[in-house]
Amino acid sequence: MSLAGAGPATGEKISEPWVQLLTPAGVRVPEPHYDSWLEDIDGGRLQGLYRDMVVVRRIDVEATALQRQGELALWPPLLGQEAAQIGSGRALAPDDFVFPSYRETGVAYCRGVEYADLVKVWRGNAPSSWDPYRLNMAPMQIIIGAQALHATGYAMATKFDGAETATMTYFGDGATSQGDLNEAMVFAASFQAPVLFFCQNNQWAISEPVRVQAQRAIADRPPGFGIPSVRVDGNDVLACLAVTREALDRVRTGAGPYFIEAVTYRMGPHTTADDPTRYRDPNELEDWRTRDPIDRLAAYLKSEGLFDDGFQAQVRTAADDAAAGLRAACTGLSDPSDLELFDNVYSTPHAVLERQKQHYARYLAGFEAAEGGQR
Amino acid sequence: MTTMTFGQAINAGLRKALDRDPKVLLIGEDIGTLGGVFRITDGLQKDFGAHRVVDSPLAESGILGTAVGMCFRGYRPVCEIQFDGFVYPAFDQIVSQVAKLHYRSRGRVKMPITVRVPFGGGFGGAEHHSESPEAYFLHTAGLRAVTPSNPQDAFLMVQQAIACDDPVMFFEPKRRYHLKGEVDLEADLSAAAPLDQARIERPGSDATLVAYGPLVPTALAAADAAADEGISLEVIDLRSLSPLDFGTVADSVRRTGRLVITHEASQTGGLGAELAAGITERCFYYLEHAPVRVTGFDIPYPSARMEQHHVPDLDRILDGVDRVLDRPNSLSGLED
Ligand SMILES: Cc1ncc(C[n+]2csc(CCOP(=O)(O)OP(=O)(O)O)c2C)c(N)n1
Ligand SMILES: [Mg+2]
Repeated sequence: MSLAGAGPATGEKISEPWVQLLTPAGVRVPEPHYDSWLEDIDGGRLQGLYRDMVVVRRIDVEATALQRQGELALWPPLLGQEAAQIGSGRALAPDDFVFPSYRETGVAYCRGVEYADLVKVWRGNAPSSWDPYRLNMAPMQIIIGAQALHATGYAMATKFDGAETATMTYFGDGATSQGDLNEAMVFAASFQAPVLFFCQNNQWAISEPVRVQAQRAIADRPPGFGIPSVRVDGNDVLACLAVTREALDRVRTGAGPYFIEAVTYRMGPHTTADDPTRYRDPNELEDWRTRDPIDRLAAYLKSEGLFDDGFQAQVRTAADDAAAGLRAACTGLSDPSDLELFDNVYSTPHAVLERQKQHYARYLAGFEAAEGGQR
Repeated sequence: MTTMTFGQAINAGLRKALDRDPKVLLIGEDIGTLGGVFRITDGLQKDFGAHRVVDSPLAESGILGTAVGMCFRGYRPVCEIQFDGFVYPAFDQIVSQVAKLHYRSRGRVKMPITVRVPFGGGFGGAEHHSESPEAYFLHTAGLRAVTPSNPQDAFLMVQQAIACDDPVMFFEPKRRYHLKGEVDLEADLSAAAPLDQARIERPGSDATLVAYGPLVPTALAAADAAADEGISLEVIDLRSLSPLDFGTVADSVRRTGRLVITHEASQTGGLGAELAAGITERCFYYLEHAPVRVTGFDIPYPSARMEQHHVPDLDRILDGVDRVLDRPNSLSGLED
C-alpha cells in the first residue's frame, strides 16, 4: 500500500500508444515507419538476437547461482529485461558511449565485456571492472540517477568537439524521481546535447511500484522538458532495436536529446538480497511470464521456419559455454593484494596517505615476522 | 526485559514514538510494504497506516526537503536513508535547511527531524553501502548526531532523538542489526541517560579507549584481550557524536593519562581528530602520551575483499593501545 498515487496499478494493461512489432504470441505486426529501421534484419540476424538474449539470460542465471554458492557477494538479475537490453545494445555503434546503471549486463555483453569484468565488482574484488575506454561504457553506477548527468555532460563535450556520436544512458523507473535525472533533462534540452535517455521501466524500484514515482507514463515527462520521447514494448527485441536505432540516428545527426521508455518487467528479485514475495503479487509475475521476451521471439522464429533442432542446439551450446566461461572467470579471480586498497585514490603522490600506507605495511610485516604467516 | 536484536529494538522504539505522538511520521524508500531493506520498519505501515509510514519516491533530497515542510506544520518526521552512501543527494537539504532553519527563523521554526542512517561496513557490502559519513554532519552547526551500540540504547535513543526538538542524525551500526540484547520495553524515557551523554562501558585504569557505534563491541573485545596481558582498559561508548561528551572522556583520561580513539571513518578531519584536540586542550598536563587514533584510512571505502584491512579490528586497536602505553608496537622506532 502506498500513499502516493492514483495511477494505474502495475499488472494492468499497459496504456498505449507504444511501439510493438512482435506481439506476445510472436506475431509480427507491420509498422512501416519502424520497419524501415529493420531492413537488414534477415533470418540470420533474427537468430542472432535470439542467441544474444538466451546467452545473456544464461549468464544472468549462472551469476545468480554463483551468488547462491557464495562466490559472489551480490548480483542484480536482469531476468525479463533481455529484449530491452539486447535490442538497444545492438543498436549502438562502437563509437557511441554508454553510461549504465548496475543492471545492464546485457548491454555490457553487447559492448564486448569480458566475463571476469561482469563479476569482479560483485565478488568484492574491485570498485569497477571494465576499461571504460575499451568498451566505450562508463563503470556501472549504483547512485541512482547520477549517470544521466554524466551522459549529458559527455554528450555536450562530443558536441563541443564536433563529433558525430551519440551518448546513451540507462536507468530505471525509480531513477526518474531523482533530481539528477531531471536536471540531466534540463541540461540536455538547454544545450541540445546528443544524448539518448533509455529508461527501463521494469515496474519496480525494489519494493515500490512505478506509480510511486510517476502518475502518468514515464515517457510523458520528457516532452515537458522539451525532449521528444517514445514508449516501446520493452519485451519486444525488434521494437527496442528499431526504436533505439532511429533515436540514435536522430541524436547523432543533430536533432538534440531523445528519450525512450522501454516497458518491461523485473522478473527476478531486485538483487539476490531481496525477497519480492514480501511485496509483489505472484499473479503479476505469472502475467508477465506470458510476455516473456525470449519466448516471443522463439515463437516468431518458429513461424518463420528459423527454429530447427540444429539452431536450438547451437544456441544451447553458446549458452553453456558462456555459463562455463563466466564461472571459470569468476572462481579464477585472485584476491586483491594486501595494500591494493591504497591504490588510485589520487593520481599524484599524496603525503598523508603515503604515510598511512607505509605504517600499515609495517603493521602487516610485524604480523608476518611474529607469526611467520598471514594475518 | 525482552531479548531482541538491535534492529528489532529500533523497530520497537519507532513503534513507541508513533504511538505516543500523532505528529510522528516515518518517510523513506521501501519502508512501508517491505518494512525497509533491513526490516527496521517491519509491520509499522500495516499498524499505523500509509499516511504515517510513507513509501517515498526514490529521491533523498525530496525526502528531507518535504520533511522540512512538514516541520513547518508541526510534524516530527523520521526520515530513513536506505544506506549511508545515499545520504548525499539529501546533503544540501540537511546542511542548508534542516540544520539552519531554527537559527535563521530566530527560533520560531523547529526542525525536529530524525534522519536514520544505517552506517559502517565490515559486512561485505557493495560500493556506497558501507560508509561512515558522520564527520560531514558533525561539522555542521545545528545538527545533533548520535549512534547507539546496543539494543537497549537503540530502543531508547531513537525515541529520544524523535522527541528532541533539534534535528538529529541517527547513525545505526548496520552490521550490528542482528546483535542480541536485553531490552526493557517499559523503560521510562525521562529516566533514561540523556541523549548527549557518553557512557563508561567498562572501567579500567591503564588507558582510555573511546569507540562508538559498530566498534564498541570490538573495543570491548580488545579490552578483554588486553586484560589477558595485564592491561586494564577503560572503554567509553561515546553514544553522542554531536555534541561530544568531553566531560566523561576527560574525567577518564585524567585518571588513565592515555587515550586511544577508534572509528571506521577515515582519519583526516574525523571525529578522532576533534576528540584528540578537545581532550588535549582539557587534559594536557595529565597526558602521558599523545592521543592515538586507530581509524579507517583516508581512502574511499574499499571493496569487500579488501575491507578487512580498512576497518579497525581487535588487533589494530591493540596495536594502538601498545603505542599509547609505550609498549613495542608496529611504529616502534619510527621517527615521523
Ligand atoms: C541515491 C540512491 N538512493 C537509493 C539507492 C538504493 N537503491 C538501489 S536500487 C534502488 C531502486 C532502483 O529502482 P529503478 O531505478 O527502477 O531501477 P531497477 O533497480 O528497477 O533497475 C534503490 C532505491 C541507491 N542505490 N542510490
Ligand atoms: Mg525499476
